[in-house]
Amino acid sequence: MSYISKPRIIHKGLAQNELGLTVRDYEGGMSTLCAGCGHDSVTGALVQAAFELNIPPHRMAKLSGIGCSSKTPAYFLRQSHGFNSVHGRMPSVATGANAANGSLAYVGVSGDGDTLSIGMGQFTHAVRRNLNMLYIIENNGVYGLTKGQFSASADLGSTAKKGAANQQPPIDPCQLVLALGGSFAARSFSGDKQQLIPLIKAGLSHRGFAVIDVISPCVTFNDHEGSTKSYKFTREHYHPAIHTDYVPPSQEILADYEAGSAMPVEMHDGSKIVLRKVGGDYDPTDRSAALTSLQQAQAAGEIVTGLLYIDESKPEMQELNKMPSDALATMDYGKLCPGNEQLQSLQDRFR
Amino acid sequence: MSTRPANNDFTVKIANVNGTGSASANALLMKTFFRMGIPVVGKNYFPSNIQGLPTWYEIRVSGEGYLARSGRIDVMVAMNAETYHKDLEEVAPGGYLLYDSTWPRAKTLHRDDISVIGIPLAKMCNEQFDTARSRVLMKNVAYVGAIAALLDLDLEVIRDSLRQTFAAKAHLADANQQAIELGYNYIKSNYQCPLPFQAIADNKTADHVMIDGNTATALGCLYAGATVGAWYPITPSTSVMDAFKGFCEKYRVDPETGDNNFAIIQAEDELAAAGMVLGAGWSGARAFTPTSGPGISLMNEFLGYGYFTEIPAVFIDVQRCGPSTGMPTRTQQADVMSCAYASHGDTRHVLLFPANPEECFYMAVQAFDLAEQLQTPVIMLTDLDIGMNDWMAADFKWDDAYKPSRGKVLGVKELEEIEQFHRYLDSDGDAVTYRTLPGVHPKGAYFTRGSGHNMYGAYTEDANEYQEIVDRLRRKWETAKCYVPQVEQEYSEQYGTGIIAYGSSDGAVREARDQLQKAGVGTNYLRVKAFPFTDDVQDFLDAHDRIYVVEQNRDAQLHNLLLLETRVSQEKLISILHYNGLPINAAVITDRISQEVDKVVAA
Repeated sequence: MSYISKPRIIHKGLAQNELGLTVRDYEGGMSTLCAGCGHDSVTGALVQAAFELNIPPHRMAKLSGIGCSSKTPAYFLRQSHGFNSVHGRMPSVATGANAANGSLAYVGVSGDGDTLSIGMGQFTHAVRRNLNMLYIIENNGVYGLTKGQFSASADLGSTAKKGAANQQPPIDPCQLVLALGGSFAARSFSGDKQQLIPLIKAGLSHRGFAVIDVISPCVTFNDHEGSTKSYKFTREHYHPAIHTDYVPPSQEILADYEAGSAMPVEMHDGSKIVLRKVGGDYDPTDRSAALTSLQQAQAAGEIVTGLLYIDESKPEMQELNKMPSDALATMDYGKLCPGNEQLQSLQDRFR
Repeated sequence: MSTRPANNDFTVKIANVNGTGSASANALLMKTFFRMGIPVVGKNYFPSNIQGLPTWYEIRVSGEGYLARSGRIDVMVAMNAETYHKDLEEVAPGGYLLYDSTWPRAKTLHRDDISVIGIPLAKMCNEQFDTARSRVLMKNVAYVGAIAALLDLDLEVIRDSLRQTFAAKAHLADANQQAIELGYNYIKSNYQCPLPFQAIADNKTADHVMIDGNTATALGCLYAGATVGAWYPITPSTSVMDAFKGFCEKYRVDPETGDNNFAIIQAEDELAAAGMVLGAGWSGARAFTPTSGPGISLMNEFLGYGYFTEIPAVFIDVQRCGPSTGMPTRTQQADVMSCAYASHGDTRHVLLFPANPEECFYMAVQAFDLAEQLQTPVIMLTDLDIGMNDWMAADFKWDDAYKPSRGKVLGVKELEEIEQFHRYLDSDGDAVTYRTLPGVHPKGAYFTRGSGHNMYGAYTEDANEYQEIVDRLRRKWETAKCYVPQVEQEYSEQYGTGIIAYGSSDGAVREARDQLQKAGVGTNYLRVKAFPFTDDVQDFLDAHDRIYVVEQNRDAQLHNLLLLETRVSQEKLISILHYNGLPINAAVITDRISQEVDKVVAA
């Protein structure tokens, strides 16, 4: 992953968060992606969300696989440990890291190839395990670094730059998460920071596997007429179904919501997510209705966005395995070794 | 093993059907010899099947303590009609065959040179026991009684074992005891007992345990302080994690909170298991994954990643017969090459070769120390013979003063003191660099990547920066030679012939050397315990004109590794190879070396 170090310029009067850090403290190296790449907007949203959530940068860990999207962890949170793993295998690395130290905030950035093709197996099992992390898919329907092949998320009939139409049905990660019994599925658009930032905050606050499928157009290989993952097509077919507001733990819900239209969801860390229906009758807590709604929208060529499903009650991996709140990674050896006396007595069963 | 059986020097083989409870009957028999103080080793030849296919268990009683498979069957218990023909053939001349005489034997199956002992096991058990299942199970226990009569086993020892095994189920202890008596009494009243060779109580098993290598490995992981185990079930390694889980449930559950001070994650496949282990190692946990050859093939991707990014992790390869699916329930030492250089690009991995369960225990601990000291994946190569068979081992001991070697990890204090942290900077000159753990300190942050990186941890495509890293990794390989376990050797200047072996071939080599010595052929012996090879290996190669390399694979993998990694000349090395899936025995080695010696004498 290429990166160029970025000069750290701090303007006087730049807003500080509760830790006394500015948004600059949450940035990383200079992006080497194409100018106008949707992924850079996602990076910006991540920086903003982490800043606003007052997360100490070193208490986050960022992981990725291989591909354009997977390069982005070098572009945010320079004070966080980063792990750019092998293609499609980030979920397993995140699982091991989380098992060793569950006290960090984990964010994974992947792409449609990394998640839905080579990494499909690991992705689905991370959903099953309800691994406590935010998993962002920067979805552009195309392989960029190898110059323009269709990915598994390319829509039927969507055309490649040279004109060939995709003939295989797309895999929709949000439908997949719902079908697999996942606990958090959201969709957004790299061009809509207003929507994306609260979703990222909600995902980071969610205790479990939070998937955000971000349509993030590839300006070089998939932004042409005939592509269904272009900026133009996405803007035209983009329908927020649910509006999400993030309310930090210490704050009350202040916004004035119309009675019956807003649904506050209490998160484990004390924060709240207020979900508001935008149009129609979408219920983000009803798994089968959500799935049906997504299937219908897909058939109609429409992109439904927002926090599409949330279940805050499902236990995540650490809880399921009764793991201690202290990190196993640094647990005192005295707690781990039973000692010679026990060794001698346990050997009696082998005599 | 001598050519004829003698007291405390014989082999009993039981041919049976998988899923009939024969394992507990065989374990009872093993335990009886062991508790009578007689060295004994058990080899299980079982099918990749749950029920119905043939299975054999071979018990070698060896007063001299030989551990290898015997080349001779003195008593065959033929409980499986399907394999009767082959089982009959296998009995050594002068040996005995015990069969279930409830049904007549085919007349065509006859041998004049052995004694046949018929006992109506099924008939007796059908009369004695009520349910179909207990009739099948007790038939097996009854042959233990028959053997007890033939070999003069101590019935009191058997009774004690049954009482202990079925402490919570008295009716089962009684049923088993009845079955023992059925077999014992029938033989006593119908045949002359005992046989000319018998079990004579001794005191050679004091301070020893009878244990399989996988259990010992799991115990090593427990004592090493491993906290994260990720795995995908695969024969013959599965019982490593089963045992680890059992130990953790007993010794790692916090008495106050009920929390598990361990994480065992059953992965979706071996690729994921390897990823989990690296993720946990990167975070600072001692993490391991047990697997076998097919799993190692899948883990290659992450083994290369771990090597290049320098993440500690322990891989345990309980080798089985390859290639491909091969024979999952048979043994081999055929993953040496694929582990040594696993993954694409220039890679090389630290390997450990325990020879028996005792070494599995101690080397598992060493594997974690090495992985963290050297910041690299370490692969411990055992095999099915070590991992799943019952071995006699000296009691394991633990030094309570032991502290895990966590390697070069910078904590809060060190990070506060330094100006800037660089992940891959060789500041000590030993090619091992400092690392930090996630979550500790903002200054410790770095980016781990399998792509080109420089000594500061930044991405690079610069020729010199890239080469600096891979050259340092090569130097780290030299450092590894100072840390890995040293060889074991028996050397005398008077002998010009050397033998090199590793892992589970050790027992057969030791026995063969005794046999050769008796025939006037003295040999020196070096057992390799690790890769990279230490200087002792080169010295041993230099000191001999002729060196036999004994191993259990077709392609002479250690032999080839020696050619690649030492200065030995090809002419000096002669391979002795055994690779049919059964554990090697001494005769394979003795016969081959004797032939070579004869050739030399004739010339």
